[in-house]
Amino acid sequence: MTETMKQAPTPSFLEYQGRFKGIFAWIFSTDHKRIGLLYLYSMLVFFSIAATLGLMMKLELIAPGRTIMGAQTYNSFFTLHGITMIFLIVVPGLPAVFGNFFLPIMIGAKDVAFPKLNLFSWWIYIAGAFIALSSQFLGDGAPDTGWTFYAPYSFKTGTNMLPAVTGAFVLGFSSIVTGLNFIVTIHRLRAPGMKWMKMPLFPWALYGTAWIQVLATPIVGITLLMVVLERTLQIGFFDPALGGDPILYQHLFWIYSHPAVYIMILPAMGVISEIIPTFARKTIFGYTAIVVSTLAIAFVGYFVWGHHMFTSGMSGVALYTFSILTFLVAIPSAIKIFNWVATLHKASIDLQTPFLWAFCFLFVFMIGGLSGMVLGALSANVHLHDTAFVVAHFHYIVFGGTGFAFFGALHYWFPKMFGRMYDKSWANIGLAIFFTGFNTLYLPMFYLGITGMPRRYYDYVERFHGPNIVSSMGAMLMITGLIIVITNLVRSARYGAKAEKDPWKGKTLEWTVDSPPSLENFEEIPIVTQDPYKYD
Amino acid sequence: MTDHTQIDEHRDDEGAKTGMWIFIFTELLLFGGLFIVYSVYRYLNPMAFHMAAEELDIFIGTANTVILLVSSMTIAMAITSIQLKRKRLTLILMGITVLLALLFLVNKYFEWTGKISHGIFPGSEILHQSSQGEILFFGLYYAMTGLHALHIIVGVTFIGYVMWLVKTDDVKYDDYVILENSALYWHLVDLIWIFLFPLFYLIT
Repeated sequence: MTETMKQAPTPSFLEYQGRFKGIFAWIFSTDHKRIGLLYLYSMLVFFSIAATLGLMMKLELIAPGRTIMGAQTYNSFFTLHGITMIFLIVVPGLPAVFGNFFLPIMIGAKDVAFPKLNLFSWWIYIAGAFIALSSQFLGDGAPDTGWTFYAPYSFKTGTNMLPAVTGAFVLGFSSIVTGLNFIVTIHRLRAPGMKWMKMPLFPWALYGTAWIQVLATPIVGITLLMVVLERTLQIGFFDPALGGDPILYQHLFWIYSHPAVYIMILPAMGVISEIIPTFARKTIFGYTAIVVSTLAIAFVGYFVWGHHMFTSGMSGVALYTFSILTFLVAIPSAIKIFNWVATLHKASIDLQTPFLWAFCFLFVFMIGGLSGMVLGALSANVHLHDTAFVVAHFHYIVFGGTGFAFFGALHYWFPKMFGRMYDKSWANIGLAIFFTGFNTLYLPMFYLGITGMPRRYYDYVERFHGPNIVSSMGAMLMITGLIIVITNLVRSARYGAKAEKDPWKGKTLEWTVDSPPSLENFEEIPIVTQDPYKYD
Repeated sequence: MTDHTQIDEHRDDEGAKTGMWIFIFTELLLFGGLFIVYSVYRYLNPMAFHMAAEELDIFIGTANTVILLVSSMTIAMAITSIQLKRKRLTLILMGITVLLALLFLVNKYFEWTGKISHGIFPGSEILHQSSQGEILFFGLYYAMTGLHALHIIVGVTFIGYVMWLVKTDDVKYDDYVILENSALYWHLVDLIWIFLFPLFYLIT
């Protein structure tokens, strides 16, 4: 900032005029806040596509037999739904949007360590998205393997797998670059006085996540590359006819994709750890325990991948080991739940929308987590493997956990990002409908799974009809809630009342800067002297 | 290293190097996936791997190992010479590194085309008549040395770019972190070859 800028009020990052104009001022901007919003808008587009696909699948399942689509269409729908939701939304979601926007501000920095690399990661993300989505329109029909690309089907099927697998590979790079950037940012750019144990919990969660992104993503990268080589050059990595082992593919795939589950959930836990003390007006209970459990989840999460493969014929020793480790990894998550609830104990809670999202998060995340324990138990797993129970479980975690935290974060930081408030009553109505719809959609699927309904089938026998109707009704209700929530936010970004600097009385650094922040966030880098959640 | 760490708004050498190290971790894990696959299949097919490895030319393999080790040395010497403000020497040493890398690729080219002319390549008739272990060995051979050669090409491009920066004085005695990073990357490429060489050529 030059001297002359100081006299006039500093323009916000939304109004700031740089070298480029119009849309180019955004897609060529290296400002971490604009990149965060670029990610947000792109994800909103992809999310509406994937959510529509999900709704169509539920409509197909409203009655037995062919309802609105055939088997092959259904297969490609759940494949695209999975690829989009996992690789384009949930894995990058919270770090790329809120991490980019708030990590530098929360640690008192003007930007991330490598701003150009940051913009580059968004471009790779868009490139990967287009490659992956092109699989729908080019070649011999849409991919039908599911998002896991299991061998040998992924190189035997005649459908257009190559762009889908390549797209996922490219998206991995974007994830690695973001993770690398965050690690260096946290190591190098914390404001003076912000010791490690004075750092807010969302940056801590991002730090744990970034390490998983950096250390796990290359494995899936090389695995997907092997599938590409297998398809194009007939190298027999996983083809039993050429001596390869398809089970090895599953191991390699889950070595990444299970830690990826923690890439999804750790930042969500970070968001909840921010929202709860703010609205409880209380220092968070057990700050150190939350930090340690974050790192413990990131670490132990590497060693549990085998629980996706309990029915693949592993040795008994491997089965017991993976099962025990799976139970172990639940402990740090439970510690966090305990800490959040203890923070609420005897607090003067302010029931604002972000808090309600966090509260719903606790409810659905507990259901998701506990049903995960059922699947982690060996004997129950054999019965429930590949049933609707699994689908219900991971939607409670991925959508219920990460999704609720994402919307909670959006409602929490919205005033800071856009400088405007949203309509609170519409936000609460939207949440209520969404929450009701969500549980109506996924709870019956637990029951369906236990009674034996397999996942990924477009058809079912008559006895599953009742719960499926309920579930499909829930899907429609949930989408209605979602539309209300998003419409309210989109409208408010334009017409909402102006927001103050600190509408929620938060104590972390992002509430000390303007809403929306100026280009450089801080005119002067703050000096941190106290713990992040200092109330009283 | 003392005044090296001073930070202005847009310069953080320590940060840039941390970033490079993390990137190198990711590269190691990328190859790690292939090394796991290699070890599993070698464990399952010890004899076939032994037989197949005899097809490879130890002479070319050894020559390439020496070439890469020397090139790693010259790029390290380039850093020392830029610290001593000897720009011309720096450029010469970097030039030698690039030439050695190209020599490596030429050797690789002759090695690969030799194999292919003998009908040993993925999907070929001859390979399909051999045992499954041999198919896997050559699949891994092409995939791993191919991916490694790709890294050589990226490394040469990177070093070439830094040479241009040295020439235009954008990299000089008090600001050479990008040269250090290109050298780190080059050492990584070297290191991976040090593992590939015994695993493919010396297991007979």
